[in-house]
Amino acid sequence: MGSVSTRKIKPRKSPSVKPNFCSDGGQSGGLVENWQELAIAKLGEEVRSNRALRVFLDSCVKCGACTDKCHYFLGDGDPLNMPVARQDLIRGVYRRYFTAAGKFFPKFVGALDLTESLLEDWSTYYYQCSECRRCSVYCPFGIDTAEITMVGRSILDAVGIRQNYIHTVLDNVNRVGNNLGMIGAAIADTLEGLEEDVLEETGVNVKFPLDDTDADVLLLVPSADLFAEPHVDGLIGCAKIFHQQGIRWTLSTEASEAANFALFIGDDEKMQQMTRHVRDTALKLGVKQVLVGECGHAWRVASSYWPDITGNGLTADFETLHICEFTYDLLRKNRLQLDRSVHNNKVITFHDSCNVARGSRMGEYPRDVYRIPRALLQAACDNFVDMAPDTICEHTFCCGGGGGLLTDELMEVRVSGASPRVSALEDVIANQGVTHMAAICAICKSQFRSVLPKFDLDMNMIVSLHQIVGDAVVLNSET
Amino acid sequence: MSATFAILFYLAGLILICGIVWKVLSYARIPVRYLLPIAPAPQSSGGVALRILREALFFESLFKANKWTWLFGWIFHYALLVVLLRHLFFVTWSIEPWVVMLFFPGDVAAWLMIGSLLGLLGRRIFVDRVRYISTVSDYAMLILILLIGITGVVLRYRVPVDIMATREFTLGLMKFDLTDLPRNVVLYLHLASVVALVAVFPFSKLIHFPGYFFSPSHNQKYPTAKMKDLSR
Ligand code: SF4
Ligand code: SF4
Repeated sequence: MGSVSTRKIKPRKSPSVKPNFCSDGGQSGGLVENWQELAIAKLGEEVRSNRALRVFLDSCVKCGACTDKCHYFLGDGDPLNMPVARQDLIRGVYRRYFTAAGKFFPKFVGALDLTESLLEDWSTYYYQCSECRRCSVYCPFGIDTAEITMVGRSILDAVGIRQNYIHTVLDNVNRVGNNLGMIGAAIADTLEGLEEDVLEETGVNVKFPLDDTDADVLLLVPSADLFAEPHVDGLIGCAKIFHQQGIRWTLSTEASEAANFALFIGDDEKMQQMTRHVRDTALKLGVKQVLVGECGHAWRVASSYWPDITGNGLTADFETLHICEFTYDLLRKNRLQLDRSVHNNKVITFHDSCNVARGSRMGEYPRDVYRIPRALLQAACDNFVDMAPDTICEHTFCCGGGGGLLTDELMEVRVSGASPRVSALEDVIANQGVTHMAAICAICKSQFRSVLPKFDLDMNMIVSLHQIVGDAVVLNSET
Repeated sequence: MSATFAILFYLAGLILICGIVWKVLSYARIPVRYLLPIAPAPQSSGGVALRILREALFFESLFKANKWTWLFGWIFHYALLVVLLRHLFFVTWSIEPWVVMLFFPGDVAAWLMIGSLLGLLGRRIFVDRVRYISTVSDYAMLILILLIGITGVVLRYRVPVDIMATREFTLGLMKFDLTDLPRNVVLYLHLASVVALVAVFPFSKLIHFPGYFFSPSHNQKYPTAKMKDLSR
């Protein structure tokens, strides 16, 4: 990655790549009449109620440290994909309408009038940011572009520019409880099928309970885990672990979604509503623990937002853990029986998912969030290697499809955004013979499955962490 | 001229103090809604203090990001600090020996300050990424501080000024008992640019200094988690 720091700006793409917007609020059709007034009012509301935003907008010194840290900029060289330039799309407007310097000397301080063409840039570049926070790791003041992108999207929403993919997903959750709009009967059906598959493959009757009120543990998975590849193999892995340990667990039809896309568009109300829904379901089931499955931003929301939303950190009613914390606890107590030989022909590396690596915690110590997933992989497989140090842990590159960009019309952006991660992966493939890359995020898995082939890599390289662990789990048919 | 400068100094000082107090109060009043620390985040207040200290003293994140920017930025801030300390001579009631001892390091620091500012200016002009994000005010700020530094060095080596008389003037400002400022155009320029810098402080990006301490990215902690015994 030596060339990264010498990255040069390339001309902006024209026309720029944009997501589809809802037809009732399309780019031209849906823009409300008094959009400018509304947008400025909404921004004012935000800077008066969100300290992080205010400090971030005021404090940037334009040092440029973040300019070559975004995977989208590294992928396409578009100057507005430099994190600070992305921030400036809003910072300029903030200066123009809310600061003395910008009111009196707009040109001098880079203040911007909120014109239609600027709004156009917002709708492009706030949807070419995956809210991964990589840039903020390098900013001397911790200025978090993700926070600014969320505000940008929430203002766009308010004036009628609503991204289609995210809103379709949110509508599904609202209607049936999960992103994919799977109804209860379909979930029950799928789980039955999984039981049959596992029985056939292993000869052991591993259960996939649904809405079991006797359960101690509720597993909250992203709905992709119920059917998509390789996600579902992770779910199977979890079921095998529960089986081996004799733990009473359940999935839920009502809380059949760990993901919370409301975060991506800065919609506080919806995010809180979805959180309360999960909490109510867990209380109704009477579980002692809620385990959050392999979904990156779900864990960010659970570990960083739930405590403030519910006011009691959830632990008063039940314990909330990441599935990796749970499995790791078994591992360190020597309770997990694993047969590592099943993975003898694999060399595995780990892709830290951005929302976990930069927006959450795990275990007891700050760096456990990097250590625990690796410890699990190393326990299940003899051959584990890490990618280059400036591309893992807190420096990890986003998969390119996070933050609500996992939609076909943004494929060009997704591929270019994936390229920094893929080039680090190609390095370890060439030099250390890596065969698989494990991840703990549904978006990462879907994204890599679609983009790896574009780099002439096998889409089956990307696997679930709990698939690797689960495949090594020794099953006894007794329990 | 002395009276003009006296008024300017009082005015700029007032703007600086009121401006910073107003900014800090407004930050403090706005709520932080959620946990937003950048992981890996500390889990204790001591850990948070250490993190902020490492950032404030060593510019840790900037070091990770870009070695040149870090080098110029770090040297600039510390050189500025030493130069400021050297100026204690002008505001302490008696002439303290330790302040006089700061004269030599202060002189060296002035050169380092100018050099690092030129380095930062060079990056702004020649690195296309940094040039793209720079506004006029970003250049203006660098040039203003450069002007302060250069006029200071000129006063030190080329156009000497009666520092005792200058000291009388600044002490007089503090006692509200005005004396004459030495007649020296370079000194006027030096002081005028200081006044300008002080007055724009609260309205400019220089507010990053107090602002940083309110950044939730670095001043929040995650709750300490004790891993419970999960299985029976
Ligand atoms: S995609 Fe990530 S690195 Fe790029 S601007 Fe957004 S938060 Fe920063
Ligand atoms: S690193 Fe931070 S202060 Fe520097 S340009 Fe980027 S956002 Fe601004």
